[in-house]
Amino acid sequence: MSTPADYLPILLQFIAALGFVVLTIGATHLLGPKRHTNVKNETFECGIESVGNARVPFSIKYFLVAILFVLFDVEVIFMYPWAVNFKSLGVRGLIEMFMFMSLLLLGFFYIIKKGALKWE
Amino acid sequence: MEFIIYKIILISAVLGLTLLVAMYSTYAERKVAAFMQDRLGPNRAGPFGLLQPLADGIKMFMKEEIIPDVSNKVLFVLGPCIAMVTALMTGVVIPWGPDLIIGGTHYPLQITDVNIGVLYVFGVVSIGVYGIMIGGWASNNKYALLGAIRASSQMISYEVAMGLSIISIIMMTGTLSLREIVEQQAGAHWNVFYSPLAFIIFLICAFAECNRTPFDLPECETELIGGYHTEYSSMKLGFYLFAEYINMFISSAIISCVFFGGYNFPGVDSLGLSNNIMAFLHAGILFGKIFFFIFFFMWVRWTIPRFRYDQLMNLGWKGLLPLSMVNIFITGIVMYLAGKL
Repeated sequence: MSTPADYLPILLQFIAALGFVVLTIGATHLLGPKRHTNVKNETFECGIESVGNARVPFSIKYFLVAILFVLFDVEVIFMYPWAVNFKSLGVRGLIEMFMFMSLLLLGFFYIIKKGALKWE
Repeated sequence: MEFIIYKIILISAVLGLTLLVAMYSTYAERKVAAFMQDRLGPNRAGPFGLLQPLADGIKMFMKEEIIPDVSNKVLFVLGPCIAMVTALMTGVVIPWGPDLIIGGTHYPLQITDVNIGVLYVFGVVSIGVYGIMIGGWASNNKYALLGAIRASSQMISYEVAMGLSIISIIMMTGTLSLREIVEQQAGAHWNVFYSPLAFIIFLICAFAECNRTPFDLPECETELIGGYHTEYSSMKLGFYLFAEYINMFISSAIISCVFFGGYNFPGVDSLGLSNNIMAFLHAGILFGKIFFFIFFFMWVRWTIPRFRYDQLMNLGWKGLLPLSMVNIFITGIVMYLAGKL
């Protein structure tokens, strides 16, 4: 079994990683030359003057994928406790999870038939 | 107190080792690429170019930082920092070897053995998406934005299949702790022999999660210049590239632990060596497996061309996702028939 003390090293590792990152970013900030010009500080766009701003609408498909990810990832999280206790739940647990997964697959086929994952 | 001091020593060792492996992965990648294309590769800095990664690191430190005027400056700096911190955080739960015994006390070669190991790795890896997304969006550059949304939607798509593929392994082992998963594979009872389909799905997803070829759509040079890190320079660019190599190292370690028995190798336990030498031998075996998979990542990169974006999404959602569900069905039925329930 894990106790709260087992999570202490994770905190220590986080402090170490954060320390490394902050130190390195700070060091490059101090070490590098600083010769800023207006042209240098423009965003890059194939060597021509940049047109407008990048805060533009983009394809709705990416949003759909994100929504579907939330749905499916929640289902996946449901399966983890079941998988850990799989052997002790026995045949009943197996049948119940198969029913759950069949419903999930049904929803998945509905998504595909609706064309939510078409990329043309 | 002694516990904390030991953990601090171990954390520094693992951190240093991770950075060293990632540094020399950049060198190895260039050497492998050179070998495959019949070139020599880096050979100017030091013998065989062995000091090349060091020279690259110093160069990254000494370069000018350029932050575009139109960018969101706080988020612009935050992006690579998140990518690097999350990359360094995942190594915590990996068991590097059996316990060392010094003066009757057990010293595990693992920073911490939490009973949610696999979930922890998935959790930290998904925070890594934020690093790429925030960096790409904050740049306020159209190429960076495209790279960032491509990267985030690719990574979340493959995360679903990745999470599902590993469920069949957890059904067999009944635990999420990586150490217990490794210990159950002692000898040659490697999970890859019992669930090869899960391994293949997991491997493909690992390629997509690390943004490696054939799934390097987020940064494909021919379309998007540099993808999400187009605007980055100096060490902030270095962090993104470095995080990619660390992720490659960690995913190789996870693949070795979950599917290839971690530090186990058939016949090693019967050599009759003393406990501590054995622990280091086991750690060496794990590193051998990790280096093989790192080489495999590079091998694939210089062999297979890039996917098109719709092909990538179709493979993830319509190929790997149903396949990993079928794999769970098969595992469940086989375990029922084998009387394991």
